[in-house]
Amino acid sequence: MKGTYLGEFEEVVLLAVAIRSGDAYGAAVVSEIEQQMGRSVNLGAVHSALNRLQEKGLVSSEMGGRTTERGGRRKRLYAVTAYGRRALDEMRQLRNQMWDTIPRTVWS
Amino acid sequence: MKSVNPPPFATRLLHWFYASPQAEELEGDLDELFQQRVREVGLKQARWRYVRDVVSLLRPSLMKRKEKRYSKPTHTTMLRNYLTIAWRNLRKNTAYSFINIGGLAVGMTVAMLIGLWIYDEVSFNQYHPNYDRIAQVMQHGTFNGKVDSQVANPGVLGPEIRAKYGPTFKYVVQASWPGSYILSLGDNHVSKEGIYFEPDGPVMLGLRMRQGTYSGLKDPYSIMLSESVAKSLFGTQNPLGKTLKVGRKYAVKVTGVYEDLPYNTSFRNVKVIMPWALWLIDNPWAKTMRNPWGSNFSQTFAQVADHITMEEASGRIKNVKLANVSKEEARYNWVVFLHPMRKWELYSEFKNGVNTGGQIKYVWLFGIIGIFVLVLACINFMNLATARSEKRAKEVGIRKAVGSVRSQLINQFFAESYLVVSLAFLVAVLLVLVLLPPFNEIADKKIEFLWAHPQFWLMSLAFIGMTGLLAGSYPAFYLSSFQPLSVLKGTFRVGKWAAIPRKALVVLQFTVSIVLIIGTIIVYQQIQHAKNRPIGYNRNGLVTMGVEKEISDHFDAFRAELKSAGAIEELAVSNSPLTGVWNTNGGFDWAGKDPNLAVDFPNANVTYEWGKTVGWKVKQGRDFSREFATDSSAFIINEAMKQFLGFKNPVGKILKWDNKPYTIIGVVSDIMAESPFYPVRPSLYHITGSDYQGNMVLRLHAAKSPNQSIALIEQIWRKYVPNVPFQYEFVHQQYGAKFKSEERIGTLSAYFAVLAIFISCLGIFGMASFVAEQRTKEIGIRKVLGASVINLWQLLTKDFAVLVLVACVIASPIAWYYLTDWLREYDYRVTISWWVFVVAAAGALLITLITVSFQSIKAALVNPVKSLRSE
Repeated sequence: MKGTYLGEFEEVVLLAVAIRSGDAYGAAVVSEIEQQMGRSVNLGAVHSALNRLQEKGLVSSEMGGRTTERGGRRKRLYAVTAYGRRALDEMRQLRNQMWDTIPRTVWS
Repeated sequence: MKSVNPPPFATRLLHWFYASPQAEELEGDLDELFQQRVREVGLKQARWRYVRDVVSLLRPSLMKRKEKRYSKPTHTTMLRNYLTIAWRNLRKNTAYSFINIGGLAVGMTVAMLIGLWIYDEVSFNQYHPNYDRIAQVMQHGTFNGKVDSQVANPGVLGPEIRAKYGPTFKYVVQASWPGSYILSLGDNHVSKEGIYFEPDGPVMLGLRMRQGTYSGLKDPYSIMLSESVAKSLFGTQNPLGKTLKVGRKYAVKVTGVYEDLPYNTSFRNVKVIMPWALWLIDNPWAKTMRNPWGSNFSQTFAQVADHITMEEASGRIKNVKLANVSKEEARYNWVVFLHPMRKWELYSEFKNGVNTGGQIKYVWLFGIIGIFVLVLACINFMNLATARSEKRAKEVGIRKAVGSVRSQLINQFFAESYLVVSLAFLVAVLLVLVLLPPFNEIADKKIEFLWAHPQFWLMSLAFIGMTGLLAGSYPAFYLSSFQPLSVLKGTFRVGKWAAIPRKALVVLQFTVSIVLIIGTIIVYQQIQHAKNRPIGYNRNGLVTMGVEKEISDHFDAFRAELKSAGAIEELAVSNSPLTGVWNTNGGFDWAGKDPNLAVDFPNANVTYEWGKTVGWKVKQGRDFSREFATDSSAFIINEAMKQFLGFKNPVGKILKWDNKPYTIIGVVSDIMAESPFYPVRPSLYHITGSDYQGNMVLRLHAAKSPNQSIALIEQIWRKYVPNVPFQYEFVHQQYGAKFKSEERIGTLSAYFAVLAIFISCLGIFGMASFVAEQRTKEIGIRKVLGASVINLWQLLTKDFAVLVLVACVIASPIAWYYLTDWLREYDYRVTISWWVFVVAAAGALLITLITVSFQSIKAALVNPVKSLRSE
């Protein structure tokens, strides 16, 4: 089933949307990721990830109104859906669970 | 300052691949990132990243993204929108819509009726399955250097062709003239139209047999009935094998029943078919005559063999008569030829041996009129649409500003025109259904609406398509070309020139209408001219009927009884009717005749009282009289004959007929027996023998009403002839029938003229209302400044009057040209006088003024306070 698996980049994008919630659009997501991760990403990669996330129902989108920014061009605003939020939670729990099961002796 | 712009080629690249809403979003993102990067990493790096981003965006997965939030207009939704808007526009301007739909519907009705009429004419005789291979055998003869063509043939022609050119033809059928015959079943006598055929007649014509077979004419004493006759005689009984009497003489057996021939066939009146052999029995002279090739008294039909063309067959038989006639006859150079069934109806006329046409000219004439009337209606549509353009210019401007593409506007206007055309078509179909019966009456047709013909519906579709295109193209292309900026700013003015095509179209409309008016007047004048022509006798109170054997046997007693009863003043018998020539003869000779001159005179044998009965005028000499025993070998000639002979005083001169001398005893007025449009032929009259045959003419007593007299005549007639239907006809009615085809053209062109005028007036009415509306303010101001209603009326009416006058000037020479051409066919014709043109012009002008005045006076009477208050 589509939507059960979240790729690494998709997860990052989804998190960026959550961070920027209320003002999450393509360029914002790009700069958020670049800032947070210190690596450069392509706009096309972000858009296609957003696209896939939307297809999986993890984010929803809506055209924003016209503003004086960006020469009056409108932006598409993304928001994490309830399902997306649950997916993030699950991902985090899974990681935590896995962290918790690492034997302490390994690191010491 | 150095520009901080992203590389334009990359932006352009983006636009190539993305539609506007998505491109807008992506470009926004790109731009924002670019600005940010310029600040952070410098212009060069930012540009480089910009390009990389654009390239990364060009991935198929992004491009095919479907945007559900944008409605994707399909063609049908736009179409629905066009129609909704069109419908609202129609509803909003009811008067305008009415003019448009009404005018177009009338135009289409006319075009459809004419189309149906043309279809009927063109499909004439196609009922016969061998339509393409059947022909009438005709002959050309050269008389005094002029070639005459005739359908009358010697009775031996058919058998001769069959014997000599058998393989060329599938069937050759000798036939009689169609005539009226009395059929008797016991005491039930009916008179039916019938014809005598050789046995192959029914199979050649491909009659649809209801009962019996094609071979029903083999026995001379047999008869085939049409379904209607079989029904009227036998009801539900089986007619096959029953015995009837024909002409109260011959007992014949019914051998077949065939489906009645439809109205658009040449043999439509043939209700019974009898064997040619029976005709020969009834007319024994045809077999015993000395010179069977010299007398033309019957018709011949033929069907050419399958592998031979009509022309070839025609060429083969051309000398069949010439090879058989005497030397004396041979100088007329008889040429036998085939006149194909295909041409019987539309190309029936021959001039000097050449098939010149006939009814086809009316097919063309009415076809052209139909197209013109339709064009007039389309012109209305175009004119009103362009006249309203200034109003709709604003709409066009707003639509364009909001984002309409020109093609959408074009579609919008076409949708409107097609909606109107489709509605008009529906109305037209209804109108045609209502008008078909009266139209059939006038046109002497039995046309039916072609519901089941796919061709008709295809034609109608093409017709709607063409009309919609024609009517809608001008507004669609013209209105949609307006510049939104100038329209909305108010600087847009439909210039002086915009009205020119509109005016030209109005002029065209009225030109057509006026030509039709002039045409109608002149056709009627020509008919009246011919009707007023002296006819040489007094046709009022004259009744004509056939002569039954019983009457002929007791002629004197019958005449005396009628006279003493006071029913008639006089009665007489002739072998030719008053309104036709049934008999022409050659073989005349007189002193001083050019030996090479071939003559053929109409002549009639009459009883002594003929002249007294019909009331001819004796110009020279005297009338026939019982007191002179020598009158049995005397001639009375008409004035045309006197002129032809060239005698100053012909009375007493000798005229030889087949070498027998006759004395001319009198000259009488020319009697109009044939077409009143042609000169009367030189004719002569002589006294009949004791055997009275042909037509009886009775002069009713002037003191009694015709009905009383007729009742009396029938009473007395019945005493002599108990069992035969009493049939009679008034001579003036018979005479009136001569004008039928001209009157039909007159009536039809009158109707078309009225419709053309109606449509033109509808158009001009719409235009006037539009102009009045447009100039409301101007009128208000003029009124305030003191203009009178008359002034304003003049102002608004003048333009239209000028257009109509221009149309008159154009129409007059056109009408003159075509009518002169039409009249040239009549030897006896009216001269076209100038006042006809004046009357037509005045009439058109008057109608225009009335139409326009309605609007202009209404506009002129409006209180200026009202018209100037707003704004």
